[in-house]
Amino acid sequence: MVSTFKPSTFKPSPADFSPATSNVHVEQISRPSLSYWQDAWIRLKKNTRALISLYIVIGLALFTLAGPYLWQVDPALQDLNQISQSPAWPKTSILVGPYQRFTPVIREDFPAEPDEYLEDISPPQNIRIFEAPTTQHVRLVWDPVDGAGGYNIYRNQRLPEGINDLGLPLGSTLGGNEVSYEDRLNLESRDYYYSIVSTDGFDESYQYETIKVTPQLAITFDEALDRGLIQPNEDRALNSEIELEFHPFGTDYLGRDMLARLMQGARVSLFIGICAPFLFVMFGIVYGGFAGYVGGKLDQFLMRFADFVVALPFLLFMILFKIAFGIGPGESGVIPMLIALIILGWPSTARLVRGQVLQIREQGYIEAARLLGGKNHYLIIRHIIPNTMGVILVTLTFAVPAAIFTEAFLSFIGMGVAPPTPSWGSMCNEGVKTMLSHPHELIFPAVFISVTVLAFNLLGDGLTEALDSRMRSRE
Amino acid sequence: MLMYTIKRLLAGIITVWFIATATFIAMHQVPGDPLMNDKAVSSEIRANLERKYGLDKPVVEQYFIFLGNMLKGDFGISFTQQNRKVNDIIRDHFPVSATLGILAILFAALGGVMWGALTAIYRNRLPDIMIMFLVILGISVPSFVFAALGQLFLVNLNSFVGFSLIPVAGWGTLMHMIMPSLVLGLGTMALLTRLMRSSMLEVVNEDYIKTARAKGLSPMRIFFRHQLRNAILPVVTVLGPQIAAITTGGFVVELVFAIPGLGRYFVQAVQQLDYTVIMGTTVFYGAFLVFMVIIVDILYGFIDPRVRLK
Repeated sequence: MVSTFKPSTFKPSPADFSPATSNVHVEQISRPSLSYWQDAWIRLKKNTRALISLYIVIGLALFTLAGPYLWQVDPALQDLNQISQSPAWPKTSILVGPYQRFTPVIREDFPAEPDEYLEDISPPQNIRIFEAPTTQHVRLVWDPVDGAGGYNIYRNQRLPEGINDLGLPLGSTLGGNEVSYEDRLNLESRDYYYSIVSTDGFDESYQYETIKVTPQLAITFDEALDRGLIQPNEDRALNSEIELEFHPFGTDYLGRDMLARLMQGARVSLFIGICAPFLFVMFGIVYGGFAGYVGGKLDQFLMRFADFVVALPFLLFMILFKIAFGIGPGESGVIPMLIALIILGWPSTARLVRGQVLQIREQGYIEAARLLGGKNHYLIIRHIIPNTMGVILVTLTFAVPAAIFTEAFLSFIGMGVAPPTPSWGSMCNEGVKTMLSHPHELIFPAVFISVTVLAFNLLGDGLTEALDSRMRSRE
Repeated sequence: MLMYTIKRLLAGIITVWFIATATFIAMHQVPGDPLMNDKAVSSEIRANLERKYGLDKPVVEQYFIFLGNMLKGDFGISFTQQNRKVNDIIRDHFPVSATLGILAILFAALGGVMWGALTAIYRNRLPDIMIMFLVILGISVPSFVFAALGQLFLVNLNSFVGFSLIPVAGWGTLMHMIMPSLVLGLGTMALLTRLMRSSMLEVVNEDYIKTARAKGLSPMRIFFRHQLRNAILPVVTVLGPQIAAITTGGFVVELVFAIPGLGRYFVQAVQQLDYTVIMGTTVFYGAFLVFMVIIVDILYGFIDPRVRLK
């Protein structure tokens, strides 16, 4: 029996042409598919160190860009009254009137010249402070002693341990009856130990008497006006308290605000640190991508040239190019430094990108895209460059700390930016000179450099792990 | 191996020529000329000076004279130091820099290998975490900060013992050399420690280590003969480029510690725009670095038989 199909019996209805539906439910066991970058981001987020570094980098960017708007202190403003101040909370000062001449206290009942020369003269007794001590002046008076033909006054910042530890010799009075002294020498608001030694007019006694004085911070009306702390028409009482300028990070050797300088220095350091790698990586991509894609003799030639540039001793040529681009020593040269970094930095990226391009060119999906009719520029833009992006991003992250180091190094040896433009490196250079007495001037810029470099290094490590597909398979 | 050496040497010579040419071109781009540093002179004196230094000749001719003199090993006379030849400056001060650099490299290599191996053995335990923390610090802190801190430490140490045990600055005795070479080697040591740790961790899981263990070799023998020797290879590879880093890093250390090395003279020459000294030291340093890298690469062949076979 052979059943035959009879066309006449077939009556198609519109329902026969509707799409077939399936009511078999396939169990879905897939996750939403993730792109390469989404996946990398998720993996980066799991890496605590890298994430913290990312926040630090964002924080630094805010510090640099928004900082100067929040902290509106002129970084170039010098205040020679407040040089090398340590970081401190806001200080208040009392207002005092203009300086009044101090007339020395002369005891008329006492001889100026000693009547007879004694073997040893006792030190002056009952040293007292005359008027309230302020940073404007400290005035001392004491009782005369027999046999004295004058008194020498010393000042120390700690309690003297002996006659040879009296500190700074301030001056002397000429006559055994002149029993007062006024000190106006660089007074700060701290403890001072004044020692007074009697002399017979020629030789000094071996005994001394010490008094501790803590002057109060005071500025005169004129100075307050000058520094803009009070308005000209403002009526302020004498001895009233006013707030001084606030320097949360202290001041440097010219009394410039450290915080404002760190912010401005960050602009130079991070500008070089981010712009230079970005630009030379861009150039490296174009150069390496071109060489890798063209291939052949031209590729050989281009890469040989890159090899030569790599062989140039980096820092020597950084310095050389900096001079060559018209910047002598002692001149600010951010742009020449940038150009020199780009000229010397690109070959490593170019090599890397070329290697990547050569590798990716042979991949199946490029072949497939080409067979589907993809044009060259489409292949490069759509497939090759996005696939090298991961490696490039990692290179970029590691190039940033290297560039920041280079800038700091050059500024430190005096070949980077020059004063008054601050950069973290040049601030370190200035800070090293006063390292022992005012360590904060070195510590702050050094910490900023270190933290920035550290953050970019750890971020680079995290990105390598997140973007490297080999790492993924290892988990 | 011989072919490889000859090829590398030839490439090295071409690189040095490239460096010399780049230096020459860069120095001739500098605005003004070397004689601008001097006091205002009459045109006759100026012409005489130009003739003395050969600056009146066309640039191309100057270039060939420069190359010719360089082949003879003559870098000319310093512009700022009266009657002092660049060769003399290099001869007097390079040994100091070289001593400092060799000590620093020794310190960095020994320290790096030791710490790296130690961290790999104590992986994820306290010594590892502590050393790796210090390593990250060593990579992130600029060398001039280390130099300053090193001096600060010496000041405190000397005042603690009451006499100058280790001099804070200067050069001459072995005691002078300790702190500068430590500071100079620190960055490289941190880098090598990191490298050594990762290569050591890779080696630990290799089959030949398992075989050695199964054979019943003593742990010490496995460690020294099998693990250390294999793990050390990547360290040797980066040693070449690291010599360059140490040499230039020496600039800062020489400045801070007041060491009369060539680096300090180079920085000084740059600041005074002493053209012949800048050119001479750049080419000298460049050639030195290029050939150091080649030597390290050739030595590498002796350590790693796989390279020799190629």
